Formats: sequence, C-alpha cells, structure tokens
Amino acid sequence: MLEKLKKNRFLFEELVKRDFKKKYKRTVLGMLWSLLAPLLNVLILMFVFVNIFGRTQDHFIIYIFCGTLVMSFYTEATQGCMRALMANASIFTKVNVPKYLFLLSKTFQALINFALTTIIFILFCIFDHIQFGFHMLSLLYPVLCLLVFSFGVGMVLSALFVFFRDVEYLYSIFLTLLNYVSAIFYPVTIMPENLRSIFYLNPVYVYIFYFRCVVIDGFVPSLIIHILAAAYALIALLAGCLLYKKCNNEFLYYV
Amino acid sequence: MTVLECKNVSIRYKTGDLQSIGLKDYVVRKLSGKYKVEEFWADRNVTFSLEKGDMLGIVGTNGAGKSTLLKAITGIMVPTEGQVVTRGNIAALLELASGFDPELTVRENTFLRGALLGYTRKFIEEKYEEIIAFAELEDFQNHMFKQLSSGMKSRLAFSIACLVNPDILILDEVLSVGDEAFKDKSAQKIKNILAKGVTGILVSHSVQQVRNLCNKCLWLDHGQQIAFGATAPICSAYSTYLFTPREKRRLPANKEELKKISDRFRIAWRLGEKERAARTNPPGESETDRVYRLLCAVDAMPPAERAAAERELNIK
Repeated sequence: MLEKLKKNRFLFEELVKRDFKKKYKRTVLGMLWSLLAPLLNVLILMFVFVNIFGRTQDHFIIYIFCGTLVMSFYTEATQGCMRALMANASIFTKVNVPKYLFLLSKTFQALINFALTTIIFILFCIFDHIQFGFHMLSLLYPVLCLLVFSFGVGMVLSALFVFFRDVEYLYSIFLTLLNYVSAIFYPVTIMPENLRSIFYLNPVYVYIFYFRCVVIDGFVPSLIIHILAAAYALIALLAGCLLYKKCNNEFLYYV
Repeated sequence: MTVLECKNVSIRYKTGDLQSIGLKDYVVRKLSGKYKVEEFWADRNVTFSLEKGDMLGIVGTNGAGKSTLLKAITGIMVPTEGQVVTRGNIAALLELASGFDPELTVRENTFLRGALLGYTRKFIEEKYEEIIAFAELEDFQNHMFKQLSSGMKSRLAFSIACLVNPDILILDEVLSVGDEAFKDKSAQKIKNILAKGVTGILVSHSVQQVRNLCNKCLWLDHGQQIAFGATAPICSAYSTYLFTPREKRRLPANKEELKKISDRFRIAWRLGEKERAARTNPPGESETDRVYRLLCAVDAMPPAERAAAERELNIK
C-alpha cells in the first residue's frame, strides 16, 4: 500500500488542493474560519456551562475543549469521507483511480482543520495555566489513532452511502447521540462507579479521555488505554478495507 | 508486440432496483421477495488483440457494449469472465468533460487531470505550456472551468490526453469536438501519435472517421462480437447494416458472409458514383434511401453482370 501511495502522491496532493480550494471558495475570511469556528464554538459552550449552569470544575473550559477538539475532527473526517466517494463518482466511473484517495484527501482536510484548532486550544491552555511538558508529545499517539479510526469509519460509511443514501440522515442522528454519550460537557462522575466502564466502549471517548489525562491531569494514561485506542483504530480500518475489497467493483453500478 | 489483448471478455451489467431505492424500500422488497436486479450481458466473449501502433475502431449501434468494453480495458470495470491484458499506461478519454471540476481554474484542472491519468507533477509541469497551446486556451488559463464553452472544455481534455505520451490512447467519441479547424488539427495529431507507435482505440459513430484513422475494426452488436479484422470490409458491412431498414437487417454469421456483404456494398458504392457522375439520381432523396436503393439494385443485377462487377472490385 505504501508503494502505491508513493505512486499516487501527486494525485493525492492535487485532490487535497482541490478540496481545500473548494472549501473556502467565495468566503471572505477563507481559512480564518477554521480558527474562528472552534473559537466561537468554545466561547458559546463556555457561556452556557459556566455562566448559565454555573460549572466551576477545575479547568472546565479545557475539559470541554478536549472533547470538542476530538469530536469535531471525528465529525468532519467521517462526514467528509462519507460523501467523498459519491461526490467523485463522475471521476471514478470514467478514470481508473484508487478510490480511497478521495477519502484520504478529506481526512487530511480534517487534519489541517484539527491543527488550526489546536492553535486556539494551546492559547486556551496557556490562558488556563496548564502545565506544559514533554508528556504532551504523547498526544501524537491518540491523534494518530483517531486519524486511522476516522478514516476506517469513513470508508465504511462511504461504501454504505453509495448503496443507501439514507445513511447520511441516519449518521447525522447518530452523531448527535455520540455527542451526548461521549462525556464532552459533563464529567463521567455523573454515572454510578460500576457503570462508568461503559464509556470505554465508545472509541471517541477513549481518545477524548487520553487528551484530558495528558492535558489536564498531566500524566500519560495506562497501557490498557493505549491498547484500546489502537485496537479501535485497527478494527475500523480493517472493516473499511475489507468492505472496499469486497465492493470495489460494485460501486459503479450504484451511482 | 502485443500491447492489448482481450480474451473472451464478458461483462454482466446490472440495473434495476439497486440504483433507485432507499433503505426502507430495500428492506421491504427484500422481505417480500420483490427486489429485482436485472442483469444482462453488455459484452459477450469479445476476443481481439492489438499490436503496437495499431488503431482500432469500434463500431456498433447504440447499446452495443462499446463503452462498457472500454471500461473493462481501462480497468474501471472488471470483466465478469475472461481477461484483459494491457502493457503500458493508458490514457482514456471517456466522456470528455467528466472529471474536471467546474470550480477550479483551467490550470488547476490540467494538473488534476494529469494526476488522474497517473503522471508525475514534474512531467505535467514540463508539458503544461504545450497542452495549453494545443488547446488554444492561452488567454483562459486562470478562468474557472465552468466559464469555458463546451468546445473549449473538450479541447482541453483532448490536449491533455494526447500530449502526455500514453502507450495506449482511448478515444470515446472525442474527435467530433471543437470547430472544423480543431477537428482537422486533432485528426492530424492522432495520426502523428499513431506514427510514433502508440496503440489507439477509437469509438465513433462516424464510419468515415473509422475508415480514415483505423487499421483494425471491431464490430459489436448487443454485446456480441460480430467481426474483428481489417477496417474496410467490416466498415462496408456495418454501413450496409446501418442503411438497411431495421426489419430487414441481418448480421453476418461468418467471414465469408461478411466478405459478400462488403462486396455488395462496394458495388453499390460504385453504382452510386456512376449515378452521381451522370446526375441521374432522383432529387431530394435521403442518403439512407439512396444507399438502400443502390443495394437493392445490386441484388437485382443479372448474375453475369454482378460477377463482372465483383471481379472488377478484386482487381483494384
């Protein structure tokens, strides 16, 4: 796959460029939106939860921000991937190109956005007196896992989306649900102790948890979290690849 | 050297419910047993091979399986049975303007298309000026693709596909693009490319074009391979088929029949030329009627006269 990827590098770059240009086409602020959107988002959450609900937990803003940072990447990447295959149907039915590149481009797009959001995130951390240190470098691990996981889920979704357009609506409802069960703006302590491990069944929560551990609590989580994070990512990727292997020649008939 | 080989290629095409229904209908129809997928053979046992420098013309009426066969050759589809063996890289022009992005500029689209065809950035950068010059789009490089006229779009697509030095060039109904001057230029370009040893495949509804450009011809009808071989007899036989009223059409079953039909067409053609020279053809007659009338005239010839005409053909 790496060999192929090298061969397709130029195409990948051009696709990323195209998606990027199209994304900000005819906007006044352009790329600045990638910075502004998460900033405004967090400010709203801050206003709602601190001023209206009166939350005073330590580093509560960072707590929320860790959640939205991971969640927004996951949402953007998976939704982008889901539509990418159909959106490029006019290409892959006429030219023989590896289809996963369209998804990879969307995932990369989300990663750029993620990096920009991270700038805002770091500003908030400084503002909130978060201790910086080398342990922060371990965050590359959950980011990598999240990337692979989202790509895998995106592959599965994009394939299903070709067969049934309903998937788009179902998935947006699922995302709302996921938003609420991933403990983004509430602490897990609202659940009884013996039920709390249920959260770990949710891959997105695992990645959020990793972030919070490192950023807020200042330590790298246990080995079991590492294994869990990687396992979810690999399972999603495997599912995606198998589905593509099986359906690669079928997509053509459905678009 | 054999560059392209199709061995017993059969492609089963699916249509029916699968494209139009959503999840709910799918479940309902699956459960009630009403889910229907229609399958038909778009191509059946197509076998041919092309040597380096060959130009193949594929002819056939609508729905003959021409475009589907091209999809198998370019690797977009996998044949249900049989196999396609290709050597070298393929530049395919299937439906020209597809794959271009309307929101991007001409320059960006050129690079994107180059990437889609599998070339490196360096290569496209080197060729860029030449591509734009050939497409005559120097003044439009930074225009959005959607602002171009349809002729310009096709010109760009044609230029990219031709200037990237493919080993196999596939042209699906593309030579009919642009104005007359560009048509001539592109036909000339194709000839130059073929002279360099590129193998080409041309799908065209213009039999004349196939005669002019191709040295081999493949005739498909409803997925069946009717004939493959030298261009002239197949084109003549195909023309006969086209000019015959639908209810009287017959496909040749073997090479001998093809040869007979082709000879008949050529004699009719001669008659037509004589008629034209003598200006005895009825005024206001359509081309189809005229050719069919001539074909019937050949059938009505006394055997001795016809034999003489056939001998005359074979001498020439």
